[in-house]
Amino acid sequence: MERRLDAILSSFAGQEHELIPILQQVQRELGYLPREAMLEVAQFAGVPESRVYAVATFYAQFRFTPIGRKHVMVCRGTSCHVRGAPRILEEIERQLSIKEGETTPDLSHSLETVACIGACGLSPCIMINNKVEAKLTPKKVAVLLRKAGDDD
Amino acid sequence: MTRSFENLRQRAQVEWKASQDDGKPRILVGTATCGRSAGAIEVLEALQRESRNRGLDCPVVEVGCIGLCYAEPIVAIFKPSRPGIVYGNVNAPRAARLIERYLLRDDPLAAEALGTLGPESVEGIPRLQDTPVMRHQVRRILRNCGFIDPAKIDHYLAHGGYSGFTKALALDTAEIIEEIKKAGLRGRGGAGFPAWRKWQFTREAKGAKKYVVCNGSEGDPGTFSNKLLLESDPHSVLEGMLIAALAMGADEGYVYCPAQYSLALERLRTALLQMREYGLLGEGILGSSFNFRIEIKEGAGAYICGEETALLECIEGKRGVPRLRPPFPPTAGLWNLPTAIHNVETLACAAAILQNGAPWFAELGTAKSKGTKLFCLSGSVQRGGVIEVPFGTTLHEMIYAIGGGAADGEELKAVQTGGPGGGYLPPGLWDTPVDQDSLLAFGSSTGSGGVVAVDRRSCAVDLARNSLDFARRECCGQCVPCRLGTRQLFDILVDIAEGRGRPQDMELLVELSEGIKRGSLCGLGQTAPNALLSTIRYFPDEYRAHIGQRRCPAGVCRMANSSQLSRTA
Ligand SMILES: Cc1cc2nc3c(=O)[nH]c(=O)nc-3n(C[C@H](O)[C@H](O)[C@H](O)COP(=O)(O)O)c2cc1C
Ligand code: FES
Repeated sequence: MERRLDAILSSFAGQEHELIPILQQVQRELGYLPREAMLEVAQFAGVPESRVYAVATFYAQFRFTPIGRKHVMVCRGTSCHVRGAPRILEEIERQLSIKEGETTPDLSHSLETVACIGACGLSPCIMINNKVEAKLTPKKVAVLLRKAGDDD
Repeated sequence: MTRSFENLRQRAQVEWKASQDDGKPRILVGTATCGRSAGAIEVLEALQRESRNRGLDCPVVEVGCIGLCYAEPIVAIFKPSRPGIVYGNVNAPRAARLIERYLLRDDPLAAEALGTLGPESVEGIPRLQDTPVMRHQVRRILRNCGFIDPAKIDHYLAHGGYSGFTKALALDTAEIIEEIKKAGLRGRGGAGFPAWRKWQFTREAKGAKKYVVCNGSEGDPGTFSNKLLLESDPHSVLEGMLIAALAMGADEGYVYCPAQYSLALERLRTALLQMREYGLLGEGILGSSFNFRIEIKEGAGAYICGEETALLECIEGKRGVPRLRPPFPPTAGLWNLPTAIHNVETLACAAAILQNGAPWFAELGTAKSKGTKLFCLSGSVQRGGVIEVPFGTTLHEMIYAIGGGAADGEELKAVQTGGPGGGYLPPGLWDTPVDQDSLLAFGSSTGSGGVVAVDRRSCAVDLARNSLDFARRECCGQCVPCRLGTRQLFDILVDIAEGRGRPQDMELLVELSEGIKRGSLCGLGQTAPNALLSTIRYFPDEYRAHIGQRRCPAGVCRMANSSQLSRTA
């Protein structure tokens, strides 16, 4: 991790206002923000560790534990909600045997809900690793998760 | 303006024209996010493969989105001496069939077509502009979306792109602002503040440096039009930034765009490279004394960062917590320097105004809201998507004439406008002409243009609970009325939804709401109770059924067995 972190930091100047882009880059590389990485970032940006932690915990994008290889984000926005999102979430929770905010013990899947994916015209939708899956039904979800599990 | 830019423009126009008249067929595939989630990339590949296998010399071009989400993936086929034909719901097998039947033989497969482009029709296929979904729309801000390749600055130039900016370069700054004033342009991000005043304040403010910030946060659930613009015509937004910066004397700009809008970010990055290459960014732009650079800031997932001062905090690398105002950003914004913040669509409007003139813009709209507005139709409608209509269009026209009415043969019961801070309006109010002020009297707003249709399968209490769930999660935590208040409202709504409501709860909700609206520091808390208040106002019987009879008329809420209250107060 040390080396990968150094490589990331070397593309920044070490200024306070770069904090968020730095953390985003770290998470892109490592998948989440390990404690040691945040300590290092604090030193690099010349801010107290508490500042890094305060900023990182404020934004929904940042995570402090590893996520699954398939990260599922379920939209709970208005359009998706009125088109059956609660049933989609239930079905996914049932299929994966985890709840919102959790990761399966084998790290194959993690589940999160988000405010809106921005594909509301095709609701209800979810995102699996950055790909939007639209016009879902509980049936389609079952098929999707099986498929998503296959190509690991 | 330099000679060389004029040459670039002419070359772009000549090349565009040549590509239209070269006697070859051409295929466009909409590959913006909506298209992709419906399978547009598979369709693109199928079209490329099939035309190669069939020995056709036929370019297959990726374009943005024309806003007809319901019909994605969308393909347009241009055959020489025929109008372009738009096809909807295409998949790989149908794509292959289109090539076989229309390009190789001459059967346009009329039954699968949505319409033709331009003034002519083809037997059995209406003109797209005459179809119900398009007839009521006026495509001005969306003019290029779905027709040009958003990754090519030349396509934008060939359609009048950057002519607004080159015109502005020849004006003095007061004249540019006067043009925006005459157009009557008001902000599209929600508050509807007159753009010219913001420009004037920023221009007059003292500061060693000034900034223009493009707000692409688009956090309201049920909105996706900023994303569509950034993905489908990014230069139209960036041209607006150039014009604003020129008018205000700013030399640095930021585009704030959520990290999850990955395609929009990619298109923005490409566009900025091209602007640099064409001399539209940097020092001494197009031979003038105007310097400007633009940086992209990726949002990290916080709704509150759509609020302009929280957005500034985020760019500065801090927690995105709104600032106390005044001072307002035009006097003290980014790093305390004068800053003008505008929504994506407002900036695209500014570019269109300079390109076409203020009278052209102001000829549409209502007395106090000029021009057209993008609305995002979603929820229970047959034809969801992004539409562009003049201000003054009614919700009824949007939902029925354009949207085709409720999905699944249902009956509609409410429409949410104004995003999470707006309200749910009942059918009786759908004939109100919608502008930037008209819905306020009914406890809602136009906001950034979300229009979510709700049918009888939804429950008013559950809708309010969903809105307050959003508010309590997205509250930044800074001020007490919003932080504790939204949580209390949510808990009471959970109690009601689960059959633990008490007779005095409706009154309690209203009273609490008024306090939160008055006591909150920013727009989030000030508008968070609106969804709840509107459902109590227009659907009181549903609340009474939950509270008095432990019954959910829509059959959505599940009554709990426990009588343990969620609320603490
Ligand atoms: C809680 C909250 C969220 C907001 N979210 C957005 C947003 O996502 N996009 C936006 O353009 N404006 C948003 N605004 C409005 C901005 O504060 C600001 O008024 C707007 O960006 C100004 O641009 P305009 O004048 O072009 O509309 C939000 C305001 C509040 C209070
Ligand atoms: S409401 Fe679900 S994608 Fe927007």
